[in-house]
Amino acid sequence: MRLRLGVFASFCLLVQALGVALFLRGFFPVPVRSVPRREARADPPAEPAPPGPGMVSNWTKIPPPLFKKVVIVLIDALRGDFVFGSKGKQFMPYTTQVVEKGTSYSFIAEAKPPTVTMPRIKALMTGSIPGFIDVVVNLNSPALLDDNLIWQAKTAGKRIIFYGDDTWVKLFPKHFVEYDGTTSFFVSDFTEVDDNVTRHLDRVLKREDWDLLILHYLGLDHIGHMTGPNSPLVGPKLREMDNILKKIHISLLSKEEASLPNLLVVCGDHGMSETGSHGGSSEGEVHTPLLFISSAFEKRSAPLAQPEHVQQTDLASTLAIGLGLPISRNSVGNLILPVVGGKTMREQLRFVHLNGFQLSRLLQENTPAYEKDPGYEHFKIAEKSHGNWIKLYLEGNNSEILLNLGKKVLKQYLDALKTLSSSLSKQVAQYDMYSMMMGTVIIMEVLLLLLLSVPKALSKRAEFEVPLSPPLFSLLFYLMCLMLCAVHVIVCTSAESLCYFCSMSWLTAVGVMMLISALMCGILSAIAKIFENSRLLPKNPIVSSSNWSEIDVLILAGTIGHVLSLGASSFIEEEHQTWYFLINTLCLVLCQELCRNNFLLKECDPQHSTNVRQNSDSIRETSESKNIDIPAASNSKLGKATSSSEFIKGSDKWISLATPWIILICCRLLRSLNQTGVQWAHRPDFGHWLTSSEHKSELSFLAAVSLLMIFFLVQRRCSLVSKIAMALGLLGVYSYRAAIGNVTFPWQHGGKDISKGITEARFVYVFVLGIVFTGTKDLLKSQVISADSSTKSTGLWEVYSGLVLLAALLFRPHNLPVLVFCLLIQTMMTKYIWIPLKFDAAQITIMHYWFGQAFFYFQGNSNGIATVDISAGFVGLDSYVELPAIFLTAFATYAGPFLWAIHLLCYLSSEVSRNSAAVGHGCFCYALMRSIPVAIYVVLVTGLRYHLFIWSVFSPKLLYEGVHVFITAAVCLFFTAMDQNHSYKVQD
Amino acid sequence: MREAEIRRLLAANLLCALSVVLAAVVPAFFLDGFSVLGTHLTWLCVCSVCVATLNIILHLVLKPNQSPKRRSFAHKISRFLKCCIYFFMSCILFHAIIVLYGAPLIELVTETFLFAVLLSTFTTLQCLCLLGPNIQAWIRVFSKNGAMSIWESSLQITSMCSVLGAWFGAFPIPLDWDRPWQVWPISCSLGATFGYMAGLIIAPLWIHWNRKQLTYKSR
Ligand SMILES: [Zn+2]
Ligand SMILES: [Zn+2]
Repeated sequence: MRLRLGVFASFCLLVQALGVALFLRGFFPVPVRSVPRREARADPPAEPAPPGPGMVSNWTKIPPPLFKKVVIVLIDALRGDFVFGSKGKQFMPYTTQVVEKGTSYSFIAEAKPPTVTMPRIKALMTGSIPGFIDVVVNLNSPALLDDNLIWQAKTAGKRIIFYGDDTWVKLFPKHFVEYDGTTSFFVSDFTEVDDNVTRHLDRVLKREDWDLLILHYLGLDHIGHMTGPNSPLVGPKLREMDNILKKIHISLLSKEEASLPNLLVVCGDHGMSETGSHGGSSEGEVHTPLLFISSAFEKRSAPLAQPEHVQQTDLASTLAIGLGLPISRNSVGNLILPVVGGKTMREQLRFVHLNGFQLSRLLQENTPAYEKDPGYEHFKIAEKSHGNWIKLYLEGNNSEILLNLGKKVLKQYLDALKTLSSSLSKQVAQYDMYSMMMGTVIIMEVLLLLLLSVPKALSKRAEFEVPLSPPLFSLLFYLMCLMLCAVHVIVCTSAESLCYFCSMSWLTAVGVMMLISALMCGILSAIAKIFENSRLLPKNPIVSSSNWSEIDVLILAGTIGHVLSLGASSFIEEEHQTWYFLINTLCLVLCQELCRNNFLLKECDPQHSTNVRQNSDSIRETSESKNIDIPAASNSKLGKATSSSEFIKGSDKWISLATPWIILICCRLLRSLNQTGVQWAHRPDFGHWLTSSEHKSELSFLAAVSLLMIFFLVQRRCSLVSKIAMALGLLGVYSYRAAIGNVTFPWQHGGKDISKGITEARFVYVFVLGIVFTGTKDLLKSQVISADSSTKSTGLWEVYSGLVLLAALLFRPHNLPVLVFCLLIQTMMTKYIWIPLKFDAAQITIMHYWFGQAFFYFQGNSNGIATVDISAGFVGLDSYVELPAIFLTAFATYAGPFLWAIHLLCYLSSEVSRNSAAVGHGCFCYALMRSIPVAIYVVLVTGLRYHLFIWSVFSPKLLYEGVHVFITAAVCLFFTAMDQNHSYKVQD
Repeated sequence: MREAEIRRLLAANLLCALSVVLAAVVPAFFLDGFSVLGTHLTWLCVCSVCVATLNIILHLVLKPNQSPKRRSFAHKISRFLKCCIYFFMSCILFHAIIVLYGAPLIELVTETFLFAVLLSTFTTLQCLCLLGPNIQAWIRVFSKNGAMSIWESSLQITSMCSVLGAWFGAFPIPLDWDRPWQVWPISCSLGATFGYMAGLIIAPLWIHWNRKQLTYKSR
């Protein structure tokens, strides 16, 4: 069976996407440690029994609550220094006064990455550390089934009121007696989200019918996303929050009775980075303030120097104790002791014992060898001395010695708690190795198959022969299937932990195993064929390394080097540097190639023809050496040599020589537009300068010029209708940006209201769809009627320009130059480098891939979750709609690679006249370029799964790689669809 | 004749390598607190000057490209001036390329420029000594199979190694090891220097091993 190359490559990539999905499912397991909640209500442990007969402690129940009413004020993206730093002193005077002189305890709570809202809420309320996958499902959060504080409070009959981010309502459905959720997805809304919370406050504070009030303010987070932590909008927002805290605190104080004090907890779910986003693990994102304010605490005498660091998970345990509830089953947090510091020694010991008991039970459930854990041992020792202490206490020993002894026991307990929770946090990451292995096997097999078919694929025919199972291999196939099934049964029956691959239906699992065996057979037969060929042709004139041009060497070295660099976390964090470095070198090598073509060959060609010029030895020497060189070179080189004389004409020569330098300068400018990565992300860049509020006019000017440039660069190959549509669409982009307040019209002065710009954005969408539709129509026409190839290339270009328009709409205004330079570089490269130098399809594909990667980072992306611009998913949408939002965000994020890939298709299909297999070759190389890094990275990540940075560096990169595979698979399918048309024509 | 010339080349190259080593060691006796990492700028200057002087002296002594004609004094002067201009231009060009590679534009200008000077010393200066200010000849030498004598082959190899060394020297910069030699441009200039020295040593050996295949057409 013969397959066209494009079909083969797309098939390979689709299979690989399947493998990646399986791997990701295994790597990011859904938390397995959730004990059903009914079981979680086991009886609380009694106080440790004092040794000796006859003595029994009478404390067997959960201790009574310490606080009557508790108010939790969660301010989204509240950074540590917003409260404790200079900003806090300036904008939050009341809070600062309470922190420094009032009855309060303040801490810095460390959030674990991913610092995204939903996992953080889970961490705060369950005390456990949610897995990384919670980021992915952040967009539609299902109900939280684990044992958690809210559920415990509700079961204990507490009445809970909630106002704020509706993530809570989704996480805890039917838990609140009263709630009002606001959506967190409209990041351009700064005031309304918070007013919706505050408007209930006066009424609720007067009432007496609640025990727990939770307020989640989103405005600060939105300000951070849109304008960053240093914007002038942050101050007023902090002042607003300060006033709210003051109001709540005074109201709580005024209602306090003698019996029980009230408690006010102020916390943030995560901080924000220097750019205002969050998700990563920089200090600003991880450090959040945590304040406990209650009249039960002692008044602070001296202002504190630096707040102590605690874990974010500690809040759940502390609140559970404070509310008189059992501690959540899966919590890994420690009780924050100062909060219960006012209680008697016996009570304090009781609290830490409860906490320790819960932690050691969690350890028992999760580790078989729990008895050897140092934390468990410490806890047992502390428990014993606790028993002794109680014996002394019950004997009526009420002296100083008892207190000192109690302090000692307390310290033992605290040590044990710390060790227990650290060893528990460590084993949160449990990998589903079996699914991961299956995924890896599929990915590696596809890669091998692609690599083995390279020599064949890059031949002229662009066809791939699929070995239709010779008898030996079919036997092998059945054997392998049987073996895999046996392994499957053994693994699935013996595994204690949950495994995704085992939980799949039998048919699907067998299907996957048959796929694996089939791929294996394919690989084996490919190897066999290669051996056969090499035996038949012992002196195979395979391209020897001496014939490799510098470009080939660079492409090979760059690909290998980049793949190897993925093993180091710093290189992943700074991957943009790798790509910038590579494309710079590529430009320089291209420059050298151009020089050689322009100068050397020009001088030897006249000599060939005339043989008159008798210059010095050197020039003749050159021509002779060139003459030797040319026959040895491959066909493309010959073409290059002969073509060069005609292509150099006057000024064109100098423009073509300048092209690499212009591109280099463009890249340098783009590089300073967005600083990304980690180490140098704080450096000032043009992007920040432009987005700061005082440079609005410059930004407007830049955006206008960029849109004009985009029009001029795109329109030249469009039909008239799409030209007009393009112009109107770009106008719409500008008015959309003006409507949401990013840019201004020149005639617009003074204040104007900021809208969501829905009309304008939808206006642009209409034109995007129109242009893409026109393009598709042209493509279909060329496909069906088999018209000339110009219709097809116009159609492709129209699809491309529609996508450019969409990108212009979704890109932030300061990123529009990225789009301009993208188009400019593509135009110049096509005109002055690729066409004249006659590179083959493989080289051009790889160059496109490299530039696409570089533009991914030029856009301001990085390998951290924080740089994903989620605001792109809400352009032109009234409320959050899942599918379009995901599509738009993905497009905006991967616009660089995507646009370059589509341009590659445009270019290659215009090249078809020269090389009929160009599109197939391009598709194959594109698939290969994508599958090499993915396959190697998957193996690397499996090896590094216990690395310190696995969650902060490697996992986000894995997600990026995975999504990129899916996008590339889609692109390759598009390639194949375009290729089809051509091959029919050839067959005719 | 061939063997003798190779031996001469080897001696010259070893002298150059020695001068690089001495440039790193000797100034410590004269200058207080001199070290390659600590006072990197000084070392850059010293190394460039040393290598440059030695190269010019060697060129005058060995005369690898015997020019057939005696040239007038004025011609020599103009040639020398041209060489100076070329050298300066190559420094500027290297500086521009380094900035295009992402070096900061305004901060650390001195460091970047001195690094460019070092690179020019390792590459352009040799070309100027050997080939003179003749761009045409440069392009010939640096294209495939363009070398016409072992001196030119050696020039090819050392220049390429220096540039490659600088290129590889940029690799450790993004790593978060916080070592003193990761500071710009130390790793790159060290890379260039090591590359240059490696080139100096490799060139005679390579020529020696490939002397059968190497057929220089002229002469
Ligand atoms: Zn948040
Ligand atoms: Zn946010």
